[in-house]
Amino acid sequence: MSNPSLLDRFKNGLWYENPGLVQLLGLCPLLAVTTTFVNGLGLGIATLSVMTVSNALVSSTRRWISREIRIPIYVLIIASLVTCTELIFKAWFPALDRSLGIFIPLIVTNCAIVARAEVFASRNPVGASIIDGLVMGTGFALLLMAIGAFRELVALGWLLAILPPGAFFSLALAIAAKNWIDGRRRERKGDALPRHGRLLNR
Amino acid sequence: MASSRVLKSGVTLAAIAAVCTSLVAMTYQVTRERIAANEQAWLEQSLQPALAGLFFDSGVSESRVTIPAPHDLPGSPDAVIYRVYSGDTPVAALFVVSARDGYAGAIRLLVGVDIAGTVTGVEVLEHRETPGLGDRIESTKSDWVKQFDGRSLAAPLTSGWKIKRDGGEFDQLTGASVTPRAVIKAIKETLVYFNTNQAAVFAAAADDQDKVSE
Repeated sequence: MSNPSLLDRFKNGLWYENPGLVQLLGLCPLLAVTTTFVNGLGLGIATLSVMTVSNALVSSTRRWISREIRIPIYVLIIASLVTCTELIFKAWFPALDRSLGIFIPLIVTNCAIVARAEVFASRNPVGASIIDGLVMGTGFALLLMAIGAFRELVALGWLLAILPPGAFFSLALAIAAKNWIDGRRRERKGDALPRHGRLLNR
Repeated sequence: MASSRVLKSGVTLAAIAAVCTSLVAMTYQVTRERIAANEQAWLEQSLQPALAGLFFDSGVSESRVTIPAPHDLPGSPDAVIYRVYSGDTPVAALFVVSARDGYAGAIRLLVGVDIAGTVTGVEVLEHRETPGLGDRIESTKSDWVKQFDGRSLAAPLTSGWKIKRDGGEFDQLTGASVTPRAVIKAIKETLVYFNTNQAAVFAAAADDQDKVSE
C-alpha cells in the first residue's frame, strides 16, 4: 500500500477504513448529533472541512515539527480551525449552529482528526494529505448523514430511535450491516482472509 | 545539544501558535458583524410570537432590563424583562422566566403580557422535557401554549390557573401533567408580578447595551 491509487483511497475512506464504522473514532459527536439528517449533514461538513485543512497544515509544516512537540501542535492547529469553523457557522448558518450547539466546538475532541494528522498527514506530502482528509472526512460525514436519516425516519414510528439509546442501536446496525456485506463478498470470492491488515494505512 | 533542541522546539511552537492565533483573529474580524446581527435578529424573532396582535416600535431587544435574583418572578436565575413601547406609551412587557418544577429541570419561558395584564403570547425557549410527551409545550409541536393567549388573572380567576385534572381551566397534555403544571404556575406568577410591579417594570433603566451583546 505504499502508493495506493485514488480509487483505492476512496474505497478506504468510505468503506474499508471508514473512521466511524471501522476505526470507531469520533463516536461522541456521531452518537450525540445524529438525531436528524440535517444535523448529520452540518456536523459532517464541519468535520470534513476541519479534517482537510488540518491535514494540509500538518503536512506542510511536518519538516519543522519535531516528534516531541507534534501533539501540542496538532491540538493547536485543530483547535484554531474549529474555532474558525464555529465563527463561520455562527455568521452564515445561524440556524444550523443553534441546532448543533456545543458539538461544533467539540469537533476539537474528535480523535478521528488527530488520528489522520498523526497517521497520515505527518508522513505524506500535502496533496495526498488533502485527499486523505477529504476522503476520510467524507466517509465520516456520509455515516453521520446515514445514521441521522435512519434515526429521523425510524423515530416516526419508534420514539426510542431519537433518544440516546437509539444512537447506539443505529450505529450497531450500521456496523453489523457492513460486516455482513464484507462477509458475503469474501465468501463469494472464496477469500477467507479478512481485510483488517489494511487498517490505518500503514 | 539538548538546550538548542529545546530552544528550537520552543520557537517552532511559538511560531505556530502565532500563526494559528492570527488565523482565528482574522476569522473573528470577518465574522464579527454578521454574528452580532444574527444574534440580534434571532432575539427579535424569538420575541415576535409573544407579541401577536400588538402595534409596537421595533428595537424591543434594546429595552432589556435584568432583574437580579432573588426576585418574585418564577425561577431562581436572573429574570429578564423587555419593555415594549408604541412611541412613549408602554404597550406590553416580555418576561424571560424559568418554571422550576418541570419534569426534567427548569423550563425557560417567554411570557408576553400587555399593559392590561392579559397574556399576549407564551413561547417555550428552552426545556428538557420528554420528547413526545412533555415537549408538546413547544409551539412548533402542538397548540397547547396558545390556550394562554388572551387570558389574565381575571379570566380565569387565580383559582382557575390549574390543569383541568386539578380542577382548573386549562388543558393538560396526555401522558404529561408535571410539565403543564409547572408552566401554568410560572405564567400565573409572572402575571401576579406584573400586576404588582407594573410601574417599576417600566420605570427601570435599560441594561447597558454593551453588556447585553456579550
